[in-house]
Amino acid sequence: MLGVLASIIDGVLVGLVYGLAAMGLTLIWGVMDVINLTHGTMIVAGMFGLYGLASAVGAPPYLALPPVLIGGFLAGVLLYWVAVHRMVGRPPLMSLLSTFSINLMLIGLGTSIWGTALFNVEVALPGFSLGRYTFPGAHILAAVLAALIAASLYLFLQRSRLGKAVRAVANNREAAELVGIPTTRVLAITVGCGVAIAGVAGMLIGTLFPFTILSGDSYQLKSFVVTALGGFGNPVGALFAGIALGVLEGAVTPFVPVSWTLVIEFALFVLVLVVFPGGIFAARRGAL
Amino acid sequence: MKRLYLLAAAAAATAFAATSALAEDTITVGFTASLTGPLNVDSAGQQRGYEFWRDEVNAAGGIKVGGKSYKVKFVTYDDQSVGGRVQQLYTRLINQDKANFLFSPYSSGLTAPATVITEQYGKIMIDSGGAEEKPFETGNKYLFMVITSASHYLSGAIDALKKYDPHAKLALVYSDDPFSKAVLAAAAQQAKAAGLEVVMDESYSPSTTDFGPIVNKIVSSNADAFLGGGHYSDGATLARQMHDQKANMKWISILVAPADDKFAELGPAALGVTVPSQWELQVNFKPQFGPTTAQFAKAFMDKMHAKADYHAASGYTVGVVLQHAIEQAGSIETDKVAAALNATDITTFFGRVKFATDPGHHGLQAAHQMVLAQWQMVNGKLGRQVVWPEEAKSAPIMFPIKQQ
Amino acid sequence: MPLVRLMRRPFFWILALAIAVFALAPVFGNNVALREALILDAVYITLASNLNLMLGYAGYINFGSIVFFGLGGYTCVWLVNSYHWPLGASLLVAGVCVSVLALIFGLGILRLRGAFFALATVGIVEAVQAFAENFTPWGGSSGIYLSGDIFTPLGGPARALWVIYFMMVAVMGLSLYLSYAIKSSKFGLGLLAIGQNEDAAAILGVPTPLYKALVYSASAFLPAIAGGLYFFKSAFIQPSDAFDLTLSTEALVVAMLGGQGTVAGVAIGAFLYEELRGYLLTSSMFANFQLFVSGALLLLIVLFFPGGLMGFIYRHFPRTQKVLE
Repeated sequence: MLGVLASIIDGVLVGLVYGLAAMGLTLIWGVMDVINLTHGTMIVAGMFGLYGLASAVGAPPYLALPPVLIGGFLAGVLLYWVAVHRMVGRPPLMSLLSTFSINLMLIGLGTSIWGTALFNVEVALPGFSLGRYTFPGAHILAAVLAALIAASLYLFLQRSRLGKAVRAVANNREAAELVGIPTTRVLAITVGCGVAIAGVAGMLIGTLFPFTILSGDSYQLKSFVVTALGGFGNPVGALFAGIALGVLEGAVTPFVPVSWTLVIEFALFVLVLVVFPGGIFAARRGAL
Repeated sequence: MKRLYLLAAAAAATAFAATSALAEDTITVGFTASLTGPLNVDSAGQQRGYEFWRDEVNAAGGIKVGGKSYKVKFVTYDDQSVGGRVQQLYTRLINQDKANFLFSPYSSGLTAPATVITEQYGKIMIDSGGAEEKPFETGNKYLFMVITSASHYLSGAIDALKKYDPHAKLALVYSDDPFSKAVLAAAAQQAKAAGLEVVMDESYSPSTTDFGPIVNKIVSSNADAFLGGGHYSDGATLARQMHDQKANMKWISILVAPADDKFAELGPAALGVTVPSQWELQVNFKPQFGPTTAQFAKAFMDKMHAKADYHAASGYTVGVVLQHAIEQAGSIETDKVAAALNATDITTFFGRVKFATDPGHHGLQAAHQMVLAQWQMVNGKLGRQVVWPEEAKSAPIMFPIKQQ
Repeated sequence: MPLVRLMRRPFFWILALAIAVFALAPVFGNNVALREALILDAVYITLASNLNLMLGYAGYINFGSIVFFGLGGYTCVWLVNSYHWPLGASLLVAGVCVSVLALIFGLGILRLRGAFFALATVGIVEAVQAFAENFTPWGGSSGIYLSGDIFTPLGGPARALWVIYFMMVAVMGLSLYLSYAIKSSKFGLGLLAIGQNEDAAAILGVPTPLYKALVYSASAFLPAIAGGLYFFKSAFIQPSDAFDLTLSTEALVVAMLGGQGTVAGVAIGAFLYEELRGYLLTSSMFANFQLFVSGALLLLIVLFFPGGLMGFIYRHFPRTQKVLE
């Protein structure tokens, strides 16, 4: 029984990080109807940023957070101008193509530099034990940081002038333009934020697990699942859906053969989509 | 003007003669490598082994056949770790690039589709990257494997466990891929035969990223010995999470991932982890043919600026075995070389190599022995030591694993 | 539109000529290397054309087209291996089974629209792959290996590969004609109306749920057969190859590149995309950067030729609109 409880707590911890990662995807999707297929690679970029600063330079791992945040923001703005700007207003999913191409380039470049070799960042933090089960310190800290970043994103969107502008653009771009909001700049900033969050989530994941240049695929997939459960363009929903996914993975594992977890996870995902097309955690459509 | 034409024609003729003479004296070997896609790391190691062999042979004047010397030329493409691509490229290698012999791509999943093509054209393919037995049970005539096959990967670990802790409770947790499943299915039977108790036997999806709940399940099962893993990041992640979550295993054997030097990145989580290995730097066989381990290791280091690992050694051995067979056959004709391969029984620095010849397992490796390597602290640095079998060990085994 | 009227249009004959050239090109000089390259082209064209039924006509983004391909492959390989069925029958059964399955699934998930539908299809790919990994009759994650003898009924491996090639080209040809026939039919008009505005189409009397489920099912049939051929040829099938999400994404990219909703554009897009990848893979200059270069080229095309290839051609040569569809 204790094992089940431990797995559920573990699920909450990791789920918070999944949720944060998905927030980056859902923010961009909700505001401008762009599915960012570089999402997984941006998560990996965060991991490699962490590795570069922590293992190569020798800085404490968590000091990588500000540089990854800023670097991610700049990369996002660049991504906007290169791949997204010309796609806004085109047939809805042309951006799928442009981000797919950018992703191909990034993965190609990454593979020729690093190969698919394994990277690991050691984090020595005291953990917390529950009987024979241990929650590593890195997991607890990553979850706390993920929650803090998610909360600040929420406050930014709800309270700040710029955040309100983002929401206005998401609701009705023409109207926002009409009342004098510089929509293009707002869109660029949104992509910047989305990528920065993906990067930071990647950095946090990098403190938990070893990674390779191709690790992004799995997390991108998880972000899709979380986005659908949480409702599109709904960062708060994404956070809760992330926790739900983590708990599901944790709670199912003790009872069924491990190899069936994914079958259950994705079958449930399709079912939820069909039954609650707006996402379980979407109180109202477009909560942005 | 006319003379100019003649001159040009003469020049062209000599150029043609020169190239055709050259073509006569080269053996073309074709293969694909996974430069991109998930199999990149292991495939790159194997390719370095192939290339190192080629350079060594050519530096020594080539392969000698009946008073003639053949230089070795490689043609190679990126298969993107995709099976359909492999068939396209092997067809091209045979028909367009006129490859005389073929080496295998990396992994059983890619070797099987390649075999359809090579068998169809009756070309020899030597395999060092796909340890699964199934492709050898479908009646192929020209496929040969130099490495120990999947069902023997963990026999050493089981033997060692039986000796050090006959009451061990085993958790078998492995990636849901063909290779790992074949290895662990055999290990489960060997464990049963050795009287060891298996308390957990489960596979996980290869795309699993968080092993937290799985490690909790291992802890719940009261296991104290772990056998499993899969290919790469999953094995490393398992090792790290078992360490982070203080699973307190007395014994950990993980497939493939710990055989790479990058595994040292895990730091304390790597300590004590054992890995079945086709070959290690400390292995010391007396070669009848080719270099000794020390010579190979040094030359490899000098030339490739990397420490030799088992993928490189097995890749190199593929070349050595081909060379030996060609020289024995005194010909580069496929059927004669195939006959020589069937009769091969040599010991190189990699160990003994002999192929099964019965129709149900033709080409399967019948003689090569694996060793068990353990990550230990040597002069304050993590490194692999051979700990099993006893007669080959380079350091005493660390049992149980001491967490730091 | 009846076949006779289709045959009066020049495009019908252009298509026939193109398919004939495609089928016969490697026969001259027994060019097997070309054949192996073309068969991959045919796979891409088949996948992209059938995907186009959903994407280009009805406006639904399906990431799950690979599920049809993989399930078709599994059904066919399984029947051949375990029950020693002949190839032809196995292929047909694979096609029919997968279509029926798609119809049932379609009635469920086609209630979703836009991005939700797209996401559900991603979920289906993952769920089906995870299922295949656990399904023992299909060998679980080890998959199924076919022995070399399976090619004997087709006259040995060398001849079998030619037979498979011609069958694959036939499947590709049928896919193109299916696209064309649907586009020129009342059914196709209904789908295009759904693609434009689903609610309006429903009000105007288009039976939208039925039409969507039918086209989803139709788009499953030929990819399933193509999958059967492809994995029969490989003599090996495993879940990670059969349900590779990358191939689905590539099929989408290809359809958009060529010009979604057109018959010729999608085919040409698929052909050029695969040829480009193949060229970069084998060129000595780009081999190490082939992913990067194909990404960069794609990006340039996307940025500067927004309507896809056909959009570009239509804009600059308006008369072609009458000939190429």
